[in-house]
Amino acid sequence: MVSLNAYLILSALLFSIGAVGVFTRRNALIIYMCIELMLNAVNLTFVAFSKFLGNMDGHVFVFMIMTVAAAEAAVGLAIIIALFRNKETVNVDAINLMKG
Amino acid sequence: MQLLMFYLLGFGALVSALLLVTSRRAVAAAMSLVMVMLCLAGIYVLLEAHLIAVLQIIVYAGAIMVLFLFVIMLLNVEEKSGRLSNRKIALQFVGILAVGATMVAVAGLIHIDPAQVADGFGTTKAIGRMLFTDYLLPFEIASILLLAAIVGAVVLAKRRLEE
Repeated sequence: MVSLNAYLILSALLFSIGAVGVFTRRNALIIYMCIELMLNAVNLTFVAFSKFLGNMDGHVFVFMIMTVAAAEAAVGLAIIIALFRNKETVNVDAINLMKG
Repeated sequence: MQLLMFYLLGFGALVSALLLVTSRRAVAAAMSLVMVMLCLAGIYVLLEAHLIAVLQIIVYAGAIMVLFLFVIMLLNVEEKSGRLSNRKIALQFVGILAVGATMVAVAGLIHIDPAQVADGFGTTKAIGRMLFTDYLLPFEIASILLLAAIVGAVVLAKRRLEE
């Protein structure tokens, strides 16, 4: 029997790896993938707690997170395409139009 | 057996996540992310979340990753210069490591004995019943969110007619 701690530690590690990616990579596409990784880590926490508390509300939350992730991916990738059309790059250091 | 499966899938997920963060090519990163999602789907099965496991494969590893691969194919970008940002990288790295270590430590402290799960836990029937009774309003709002996302994606990505 796997303990709850094991699932939570795996989830925390995945979330931290995703955060490292978001902060260190400069390719906007890969930053998006790292955000998806962080969302997945959160989903794992929800499902693990759901099992160990014997309550299915967590599954519904994961369902909603998946919906939001799909919407976010569609809109975000459209924004990346529009940016690439204007700037010819997806390097986030080069995208500073709204910098004060 | 369960423990062995957990370690195999968890190890696979961690290695694939590290590959995702370190790989130079966007396609290789996308494939590593697919691998992470498949491993997580296996872990969801271990947690008796059968519907979520199937949705993970269909929605995440299927739909969302195909969208990513299409955009990578359309843009055809390679990273020419250094792939890391040059602003205070060490400081950011130490900060993330500190936060990650704290999260792992807190996760190690939590202890809950597993509850006895009811029959039909995590099946499509049980979750569908919850979605259409207790969570009907959030479910309907999610559909409106998806509609807004479709319209927004089309408006953002389409070429202007006057150009």
